[in-house]
Amino acid sequence: RKCITVEFLLTASVLLLCLYVIWGDQIFIDNEWHESCSGRKMPVHNPATGDLLCEVEEADTEDVDKAVRSARTAFQLGSPWRCMDASDRGLLLNRLADLVERDRLRLATLEALDSGKIFLMAYFVDLMATVKTLRYYGGWADKVQGKTIPVDGEYFTYTRHEPIGVCGQIIPWNFPVMMFAWKIAPALCCGNTVIIKPAEQTPLTALHMACLIKEAGFPPGVVNVLPGYGPTAGNAIAHHMDIDKIAFTGSTAVGKLVQKAAGDSNLKRVTLELGGKNPNIVFADCDLEYAVEQAHSGLFFNQGQCCLAGSRVFVEDSIYEEFVCRSAEKARNKVLGNPLVPGVDQGPQIDQKQFDKILELIESGKREGATLECGGGPWDRNSLFIQPTVFSNVTDDMRIAKEEIFGPVQQIMRFHSVNEVIQRANATHYGLAAGVFTNDIDKALTVSSALQAGMVWVNCYNAMSTQCPFGGFKMSGNGRELGEYALQEYTEVKAVTIKISQKNS
Amino acid sequence: MLRIVLSRTLPRISGISNCQYSAAAIPVPNAQPEVHYNKLFINNEWQDAVSKRSFPTINPATGEVICQVAEADKADVDKAVKAAREAFRFGSPWRRMDASDRGLLLSRLADAIERDTAYLAELETLDNGKPYAVSYSVDVPMVVKCLRYYAGWADKWEGKTIPIDGDFFCYTRHEPIGVCGQIIPWNFPLLMQAWKLGPALATGNTVVMKVAEQTPLTALYVASLIKEVGFPPGVVNILPGMGPSAGSAITSHMDVDKVAFTGSTEVGHLIQQASGSSNLKKVTLELGGKSPNIIMSDANMAEAVEQSHFALFFNQGQCCCAGSRTYVQDTIYDEFMERSVERAKSRVVGDPFNMKTEQGPQVDEEQFKKILGYISSGKREGAKLMCGGGVAADRGYFIQPTIFGDVQDGMTIAREEIFGPVMQILKFKTLEEVVERANDTKYGLAAAVFTKDIDKAHYISSGLRAGTVWINCYDVFGAQAPFGGYKYSGNGRELGEYGLDNYTEVKTVRTPSPPQYCRIKCSGPIGNIS
Repeated sequence: RKCITVEFLLTASVLLLCLYVIWGDQIFIDNEWHESCSGRKMPVHNPATGDLLCEVEEADTEDVDKAVRSARTAFQLGSPWRCMDASDRGLLLNRLADLVERDRLRLATLEALDSGKIFLMAYFVDLMATVKTLRYYGGWADKVQGKTIPVDGEYFTYTRHEPIGVCGQIIPWNFPVMMFAWKIAPALCCGNTVIIKPAEQTPLTALHMACLIKEAGFPPGVVNVLPGYGPTAGNAIAHHMDIDKIAFTGSTAVGKLVQKAAGDSNLKRVTLELGGKNPNIVFADCDLEYAVEQAHSGLFFNQGQCCLAGSRVFVEDSIYEEFVCRSAEKARNKVLGNPLVPGVDQGPQIDQKQFDKILELIESGKREGATLECGGGPWDRNSLFIQPTVFSNVTDDMRIAKEEIFGPVQQIMRFHSVNEVIQRANATHYGLAAGVFTNDIDKALTVSSALQAGMVWVNCYNAMSTQCPFGGFKMSGNGRELGEYALQEYTEVKAVTIKISQKNS
Repeated sequence: MLRIVLSRTLPRISGISNCQYSAAAIPVPNAQPEVHYNKLFINNEWQDAVSKRSFPTINPATGEVICQVAEADKADVDKAVKAAREAFRFGSPWRRMDASDRGLLLSRLADAIERDTAYLAELETLDNGKPYAVSYSVDVPMVVKCLRYYAGWADKWEGKTIPIDGDFFCYTRHEPIGVCGQIIPWNFPLLMQAWKLGPALATGNTVVMKVAEQTPLTALYVASLIKEVGFPPGVVNILPGMGPSAGSAITSHMDVDKVAFTGSTEVGHLIQQASGSSNLKKVTLELGGKSPNIIMSDANMAEAVEQSHFALFFNQGQCCCAGSRTYVQDTIYDEFMERSVERAKSRVVGDPFNMKTEQGPQVDEEQFKKILGYISSGKREGAKLMCGGGVAADRGYFIQPTIFGDVQDGMTIAREEIFGPVMQILKFKTLEEVVERANDTKYGLAAAVFTKDIDKAHYISSGLRAGTVWINCYDVFGAQAPFGGYKYSGNGRELGEYGLDNYTEVKTVRTPSPPQYCRIKCSGPIGNIS
């Protein structure tokens, strides 16, 4: 294990020395730490400085095989995990939540260092959501109820909600620890075992979670954490013949590969949370200042690296100029810098690849005739920071209006009527989220019913909570995470029918 | 024999924590725990009764007074209801709290109770007389589990959106009922408190609870934990007091929205009446039972004998679900009787703080005398006394484990709830006969059947008119499964998801959804650009 000491400012006036320890830099299988079978390691960088944080063992096919064997053993009929009372599975998840709460500062620091996100956001948003998600599913464990069913004839029928089995889970780098919780919590609550691959950019918090999982008392093999790359470890999980289910969060392009891999291999169940090009519709009758602020944070939150980002802001024409002016003003006022420093509200993009892609799309916006209101380039020469960028006069056919940018680039379009904006908002192959700002209850209900999206926010944006389901229409995904709905994605329903001699109501 | 009781109950009520509750792990109890709280708990504060009156609470193992406890009356109930109403006010901290935070508070309460398990078990044993080993390893852990279970429900009690006809948007909100009166008995003081508080608080109600005058102490200690973990003032108010005064004031109060009662069927009638004569408050009742326990000839004999013994004698026979009519098929009747008598004779009766004790005293003199009266009636009406039948110690309220054979359905001991260590064994021939006889009672709380035949098991479990049926087991409880009675045994269900219904008002909200929505809906999907 490596110790790294970093300095960071927790408040504007106080300099705190935070000694943090990377608890895990290896592959976590069967509650033990392993070196990779190939002997390969991968570097983990701090995107804010480009510094190497540490090297982590890199999992590949052989390691996946090992992990699957361990998860399969843990899932065997009669195993401690299978024999455990459901309420005790819930208790373990609750204990894990307590441990995350205990290590909250550590985890938030690691997260900020590894992903470049604002430390205070990591602390207050990501870690809070992680704890709440674990607690929420801790509560569900003994409430996933089957039914008894009044079938025709002299039979007695009941259903058992059984776990699916070994679940492969592949998570992205934009909310590393929160996505980890979203994935493992419902899976474990229902009694599955898990092989989870964190993103190669951000493996550190996932490995710390592995330590906590062991400390909380989960039996060996129930959760296995394998840092690695998509085309190798991810691919091995998606194609594995002994993995019963796969859940993936990431790009739509990779989502297609995952679905295909399931078809090519053992028809494993697939749930997908993919990209979005989410419309955020602002009517003239709304509270303008509030809508500007919400649309701004709806796009720029987390350096624009959200699948939920409200990246097509449709503004009614009578308030269009004012809206654009205020939005540009807000973007110009954003403070970029070291994500550990309070007062900074935008950190670096995650890596060079994303950085280049975002700049390329900004250039296309300029080329295709959108009006650049502010930003439009890198923040300084030798780093991964991008200026907060606002485009106005964007038309629906431009690339920046169609493709997911995943960066701090806001597109503002103009519209005239309700029906028009609904049509334009839905004219995309994505369908993840949408927002509508209006004080008119009729408009709110009309638009929220008509939009093809898994989440619609009325007079708010990014209002997420663990109780509320999350997922996409169309090419934004398949299935739902969070809420009671997520339980369906991790259960097989077994109907048991018993012949009886005489039936009575 | 303690181990048998524990080993039969524990695997069901604890899982990963099994090992920590083995007899060896039970700490040596302090038989004279200090009493910290003996006042009324209103608005998170300790208060004397308005009347300044108090009453003694007795240690039933010795008959000695433990301490004096403030005695609530109508004036105190009024104060508590006011506090609970204020805590329930629209916009109050309790009403505005996130549901998940209500859950967190319940979880914290469970943690605090778990922390104080040994003390609470000592206090429970002192006040109620139940064996300490049982208080420690059954009652308190079940309390913790119940509270954790309902903590989990708090943010999962979901309304629906409903596709009604016409251009309307329709949804339901599950709202708390309001101020809930809760009146609990003395046989499982802590557990009954948790059964009542768990669902009421998970759903966001406020509570005015009257605890039994025989056993007020543990409930008051839990009140201090409620304050410690951070429930806002007025959310839970706990009043020790008598039924005819404090209990009656709650049931006929015009500003109590709901009353939940666990106790005798006789008092259950009074409560339903009081609701009718006052404000039609919602009523849930968990009342008495005369539960049949049916042993078929193909049952595993040793298992059936042990479980039937446990079914009746557990908790000194003071269980509303006690298996107090043991119907045994004629071909195995003699052997079953012989083994049951042997088992009852070996039952260890004595000091509840002794780890070997299986049976402590009855809760008070009134119950003690009532049970002895039933034993006399059994002898008088011609049942055959197989063992026991008398007092078991020269002080305290101990009664010998008693078994009557050749009991006929018409005898008093076969019809009325005895609530003591008195087992009735009856003989039957056929399946149809026993179902009919088992159902021939005004009660319908619980029942059990012992058989290896899946078809018989199903026939009997469908045929019995009872809220709980156990197959090849007895007294298996879990916070997840509902509990309640048919007929005179009650109204409504506690525990499980069903328990939430009794603490919820459903509000249906409808609003026109604008006509243009219909046009859009009908226009079909709009083409993709991809």
